[in-house]
Amino acid sequence: MTKLNEMTMVEAARALRTRECSVRELWDACVNEAHVRNKELNAFLEVFDTDDAALRAAQKRIDTEGAKAPLLCGIPLALKDNILLEGKVASAASKVLEHYRATYDATVVKKLKDAGAIFVGRTNMDEFAMGSSTENSAFGPSVNPYDAGRVPGGSSGGSAVALAAHLALAALGSDTGGSIRQPAAYTGIVGLKPTYGAVSRSGLIAMGSSLDQIGPLTATVEDARILYETIRGKDIMDSTTIPDNLYPAHSVSKSLRIGVPRHLLGDGIDADVRAVFDASLDGLVRAGHVLVDIKLPMSAHALAAYYVIMPAEVSTNLARLDGIRYGLAERGETLLDDYILSRTKGFGEEPRRRILLGTFVLSSGYIDAYYRRADAMRTVLRREYSTAFEEVDVVVFPTTPSPAFTFGEKSDPLSMYLGDIFTVTANLTGMPAISVPMGYVNRAGVSLPVGIHFTAPHQAEDVLFAIGSAVEKANNV
Amino acid sequence: MATAAEVKKLAALARIKVEDAELEKFTKEFDAILAYVGQLTQLDLPQDVHEEKPLLRNVMREDGEPHVSGAYTAKLTEQFPAHDGDALSVKQIISHD
Repeated sequence: MTKLNEMTMVEAARALRTRECSVRELWDACVNEAHVRNKELNAFLEVFDTDDAALRAAQKRIDTEGAKAPLLCGIPLALKDNILLEGKVASAASKVLEHYRATYDATVVKKLKDAGAIFVGRTNMDEFAMGSSTENSAFGPSVNPYDAGRVPGGSSGGSAVALAAHLALAALGSDTGGSIRQPAAYTGIVGLKPTYGAVSRSGLIAMGSSLDQIGPLTATVEDARILYETIRGKDIMDSTTIPDNLYPAHSVSKSLRIGVPRHLLGDGIDADVRAVFDASLDGLVRAGHVLVDIKLPMSAHALAAYYVIMPAEVSTNLARLDGIRYGLAERGETLLDDYILSRTKGFGEEPRRRILLGTFVLSSGYIDAYYRRADAMRTVLRREYSTAFEEVDVVVFPTTPSPAFTFGEKSDPLSMYLGDIFTVTANLTGMPAISVPMGYVNRAGVSLPVGIHFTAPHQAEDVLFAIGSAVEKANNV
Repeated sequence: MATAAEVKKLAALARIKVEDAELEKFTKEFDAILAYVGQLTQLDLPQDVHEEKPLLRNVMREDGEPHVSGAYTAKLTEQFPAHDGDALSVKQIISHD
């Protein structure tokens, strides 16, 4: 039998209902594994103490409601450290918020608690979700379970490791430019960035407010769908959440039309990643889906637009952390000293870099040349994708051009930024996107997972789940 | 080209102190990043992009349904670096000298 902590959510839910295991046994399996392996993996910044009352309540609900109990009831989940859980520290892996305790539950946490889910701990991440490796965490990086010399990706790297190493059955992350999808690809799991506005951000520590979305990291596409359905929905506490059917509905046909922008798949992708990608597409064709050549001429400039918009929003959002009301509070002679000392000591290098960049692109001499043009690019990209979606159901890329890189390999910030090339566009357009494992490539004798990435029109998550399941089926998952 | 003086000015605006050694590094990185994002300034973008109204708009929440007064006061006060009862203590900014 599969170890309890190695089950998918769906398998665990079934085992709980057939009495193959109890809520407590499932919890113990995950938490024991977390205690054993966290020292080496640094997936969790904190593993929570057992909440006996929550375990009992979940067990009781399964015993009395059986099949009617929510599927997530009694399921141990990992939570990224930028999502608030009342009474627990939420540090965003920053010294600024190292001792900050959440004063309320994020809406997604409330929904998961209502469904009976139980939280194993808060997961490591790049500081304030800025990075693609967790190397920017103020508390040390997480480690890729496939190769201890390699990063797990980021910024939701801790969540990805917690799941890939079976320390939890599923995890929540946040995605501003690929922070769910890229670590999912690097650790061989599924990661979904929902449509902008689909999931409430009330209680998410903001990075880029026009880009951020909370989403699931799971073992299977079906688990991703279930977790997504549990956390989604309009929320009075987040006015950017959208009602159902804001955008035109898209039916899910048996044969999906997959748009392949071959002109963007030239240089920069590792040959073996490209080979695995092409083989995955062949598998989808054999399963009855159709490849369509498409052109996305302006998409080559999406990353440049992203690295203007995102720092602009970062510099604005992080302005609130000034050492006055909460967080790290250093004191100098004047009030200005208090601000400067708290911010300088509290923020790591990457947040400071992005705050400075953001301040630059928003400054009066440059806002037209940079910020306003980047903002215009978003409309151009949205149109370009909307046009493509008249002919196709999804657009496909490899999630990343390469597998997980080694620690320190991308010490130059621009080279790190360029790894986000295939993921940022979905954040700029607000469209949903998913990364699904597509196979492995070999680096120095180690098999490393890589992911395939699909983008769908706004609110067409069902299309993503359909194509994602098709990839799993073709790979015999 | 970014200059060290410009980066220093940005840091002052952002209420951050950048040490000299870091200033040089940041300035160099800025050049590379700005050279990359500078491709935006060369693009021929359509004129009508700002006229397009997205479907997700008017996102201000209506006033009303406030939480019970004081429901969060104790929790918030606990986070204050210094407080006097429920009040946040801050530095005196107007002197009487």
